[in-house]
Amino acid sequence: MSKTYNLTTPLSEADVVQLKAGDIVYLSGIIYTARDAAHKKLIDLMDAGEELPFDVEGSVIYFVGPTPPKPGDPIGSAGPTTSYRMDSYSPRLINEKGLRGMIGKGKRNKDVTDACSKSKAIYFGATGGAGALLARQIKSAEVIAYPELGPEAIRKLEVVDFPLTVINDTYGQDLYKIGRAKYEVK
Amino acid sequence: MREIKYEDIVKSIRDSIMYSGTNLPKDALLKMNEAYEKEESPVAKEVLKQLLENADIASSEDKPLCQDTGLAVFFVRVGEDVKVIGGTLKAAINEGTEQGYKDGYLRASTCHWDTRANLKDEVGYNLPAVIHFDLVEGDELEIEYAAKGGGSENVSRATVIPPAAGRQGVIDYVKEVVSNAGPNPCPPLTVGVGIGGTFEKAVISSKHALFRTLGSVNEDATLDSMEKELVEELNKLGIGAMGMGGTQTVFGVHIEKNPCHIASLPVSVNVQCHSSRHTVIKL
Repeated sequence: MSKTYNLTTPLSEADVVQLKAGDIVYLSGIIYTARDAAHKKLIDLMDAGEELPFDVEGSVIYFVGPTPPKPGDPIGSAGPTTSYRMDSYSPRLINEKGLRGMIGKGKRNKDVTDACSKSKAIYFGATGGAGALLARQIKSAEVIAYPELGPEAIRKLEVVDFPLTVINDTYGQDLYKIGRAKYEVK
Repeated sequence: MREIKYEDIVKSIRDSIMYSGTNLPKDALLKMNEAYEKEESPVAKEVLKQLLENADIASSEDKPLCQDTGLAVFFVRVGEDVKVIGGTLKAAINEGTEQGYKDGYLRASTCHWDTRANLKDEVGYNLPAVIHFDLVEGDELEIEYAAKGGGSENVSRATVIPPAAGRQGVIDYVKEVVSNAGPNPCPPLTVGVGIGGTFEKAVISSKHALFRTLGSVNEDATLDSMEKELVEELNKLGIGAMGMGGTQTVFGVHIEKNPCHIASLPVSVNVQCHSSRHTVIKL
């Protein structure tokens, strides 16, 4: 049976090992945005042995490229993008930098789910295409790196009760497989 | 000759794009409500509830439904007796696109294929638009527009199957594409299928099929029966809203056919997410 949790970032190992695929999490605190272009730059910095633009330990990265904000709004529409494009980058952030959570939509590969099990991280799903609804839970947004990437710049977001579902937990479970198996008619 | 002013085309396109970005069309909204009623999985039902709420917020707060406001895709039917005054039709469509995306605070998503640099300054804001022209009889101008997101485009596929595979071959291929796509294209989906023609004709037909009104009936009896069979088969895959498991995986399957070469049977499957933003402009 799925449970509901309210968690605040940064996340600890204890925060994430209690979560199981299918659980609902309302997340509050600071999270960071990054898509493929920003991930590539982060990995390049790691290869060069340089500091990353934010402290990844215990943090949560949201895969999103928002629409431009209207005057007075902190952010435009901001739903998740498809996560597999980050698959080649995420394991290093999890294993070497202590990333605890990722928010996106769609399947992850085995390297990512293995890293989630090994180093205790969670892949959360947010509802794709619910950009207007999700933006309501974002209270502030600030570009902290790579402004030249436009929508793909790294932003520091303050979120309150951001609605998430656990897709991949730290036990190798995958909601996409479990959920589909339940309703598949052969 | 009927004359249509360049600036009238620009304005119609701008306004349609801005409206489409924040208002889910009636057909998609109807299907979403239907899916919400029918869905058996509590998790998928919750997703559909969020999506209905999202459509409400987007419309009332004039905020884009989704951050992926797509590449702008147009199918244009130009009457041979239409003359555009003050510029070319293609330039008017592109200018309307740029104005609509900019003024509507929609995202500029076109980039260079290799450097991935955004083209908003070099080429124009969310330009170039993808435009398919068709020259027809008469003095009317009909422009169909859709915002085509990347997530659903990424799982779209085309192939050429042996003619002997026939109807079943087409059905099996569509099932394979949707099954492999799983959660990635943001289901419930509209599935556009193009059959026949040459390779590229099938692909363009599958795109055009997405513009048809959801819930409308295919006039071709064979295609109609295939569409109904596919809706049932695809829902049996159990993917559900956002792939979290459920009974409502598709809003509809739309098939377009073309005569083809005696040696080939091209099949293309173009997938559209639940946020099926499309509209028709008549001038």
